[in-house]
Amino acid sequence: MSATTAAGPEAPARARRRPRPGGSRPGAAGPVFVAPFLILFLLLFLTPLGYAAYLSLFQHRLIGGTSFVGLHNYLTALSDPQLRHGVLRVALFFCIQVPVMLILALLFALALDSGLMRLARVVRLGVFLPYAVPSVVATLMWGYLYGPSFGPIAQIAKHFHAAAPNFLDSDWMLASLSNIVTWEFTGYNMIILYAALQTIPRDLYEAAAVDGAGAWRIARAIKLPALKPALTLTLLFSVIGSFQLFNEPYLLQQLAPNVIDSAYTANLYAYTLSFTGQQVNYAAAVSFLLGLLIVVISYVFLFLASRRRVAR
Amino acid sequence: MTVTTPHATRSRAASRPPAIAGVRRRKPPGQRRSTPLTIAMLAALAYFLIPLLWLVVASTKSNEDLFNTFGLWFSHAPQLLGNVRATFAADNGVFVRWMLNTVLYAVVSSVGAAFLAACAGYGFAKYRFRGHKAWFNLVVGTIMVPTTALAIPTYLLFAQVGLVDTPWAVILPSLINPFGLYLMRIYAEDAVPDSLLEAARIDGAGELRIFATIALRLLTPGLVTVLLFTLVTTWNNYFLPLIMLNNPRLYPVTVGLSSWAAQAQDGGGGASSGMFSLVVTGSLLSIIPLVLAFLFLQRYWQAGLATGAVKQ
Repeated sequence: MSATTAAGPEAPARARRRPRPGGSRPGAAGPVFVAPFLILFLLLFLTPLGYAAYLSLFQHRLIGGTSFVGLHNYLTALSDPQLRHGVLRVALFFCIQVPVMLILALLFALALDSGLMRLARVVRLGVFLPYAVPSVVATLMWGYLYGPSFGPIAQIAKHFHAAAPNFLDSDWMLASLSNIVTWEFTGYNMIILYAALQTIPRDLYEAAAVDGAGAWRIARAIKLPALKPALTLTLLFSVIGSFQLFNEPYLLQQLAPNVIDSAYTANLYAYTLSFTGQQVNYAAAVSFLLGLLIVVISYVFLFLASRRRVAR
Repeated sequence: MTVTTPHATRSRAASRPPAIAGVRRRKPPGQRRSTPLTIAMLAALAYFLIPLLWLVVASTKSNEDLFNTFGLWFSHAPQLLGNVRATFAADNGVFVRWMLNTVLYAVVSSVGAAFLAACAGYGFAKYRFRGHKAWFNLVVGTIMVPTTALAIPTYLLFAQVGLVDTPWAVILPSLINPFGLYLMRIYAEDAVPDSLLEAARIDGAGELRIFATIALRLLTPGLVTVLLFTLVTTWNNYFLPLIMLNNPRLYPVTVGLSSWAAQAQDGGGGASSGMFSLVVTGSLLSIIPLVLAFLFLQRYWQAGLATGAVKQ
């Protein structure tokens, strides 16, 4: 709504836009504004990428030193079972955790937007609040909550003489990790979706209601299609977040060192390679492949989303 | 404002409701509220708030009470102040140091990132120059590149130039925010009317002066949004400082807390070590500033996310 009111008074200004007189003076100032960002971008974004690409082509041996090996590190990585397990694990995590989280976020956003709720403001803030909690604190907190020593879940189970599941064993670990990430990010995704819902013109609902559409019908026929760009955005953020999963498994490793090994996720593996294994060149190749995988998956989702929009 | 501009234009620009500053809540008058929906949502809200309740309760307990009393209710001898004092005093007051480090890293990074993104976004929105399109696409194309995949190469590069284990190692990579640049360009296109710029040029103002006195003010809501997002990201950042910093005096609070948690765990995890209550109390203290920032600045969060989600 505010987007439409904002566009209103400004429309005449845009209509009056014309080629700039002279052009040279304002045009010359453009690079001045973008230069600081672009210089740092080159130094801190593209240079590390280039450096990693360079490093990934070499191999360091105790005997014989550093030598150029071409794509050898990449070939090793592609057939490395540890990396494959790490990637498959985060892929599984993505396939289970992300749908749960996004559906929850969608339900919250639709409920908040429906105007049918009391205390909507309290719910919105409360669900969003975990986003303010660093993942380190969230993981430490949930780690203690899961734990058998002073976790309330175990305490309640003990009170009723039942055995609480061991949330930190190998059967439960991925679910426990999913729960932490869901707890952290549902509110964030909810706010994105809710904000997008709020920009749908209300007259559409009134028109639909006049035509006899109920709340569910309106949600399905008007709200969901309008949410597509926002849903795509949340999905992209989730691809990036899931495939580079690190903080949560790294910290839970302290509590369950036998369950989470050093290659539990792909990113954990890259970290281990470069900081405890000293295999810098191989780690660079692994990081590079992981980044490439995330970019490719993101673009596949973008492509699918845009193609379906055109097909409509 | 020293630049004279046609009164009409200026007052129009000034009275224009900032598109980003808050999506208004609309309640259709007389609509009935649904009690079952409200109850269901409040039940779901409990999931998000109970862990935080646990954290507050646990911060009031002694290390023994953590193990011996029910986690979700206070013990007979609450000692929040004692715990806070112990947290601040532990290891010669290193916790205060960690908090100050976090504030320093987060504030410098977010102010810098927001300002760089605002300048460059404005430059891309309002000027055309050689390489305009190519540069912008290059930057936007890297939005999907995961920051952790970039972190290891950045570490290797910083190790070459001696930046590792300095505050710069954490601050510099956080200054570049491609998504922030993208948001600021979109925002600048609407928020800064071309007619206003032309009027200022006719009055003889230089481009930098126009930016500093007119455009920056109109860009402020968008700038605040980017600032807040970078602030949260840097405040909660764990991976980057973990790999970049070795000196505990330089740790931000996330890395510091996780090092305490590791000590608590290695100390046998028993009730006698006293470390657990430090970790729990430190966790609570570390999230208070961001939670407050969320509560007081919430309209910026929601509106910023709306811009990103709608104008994809």
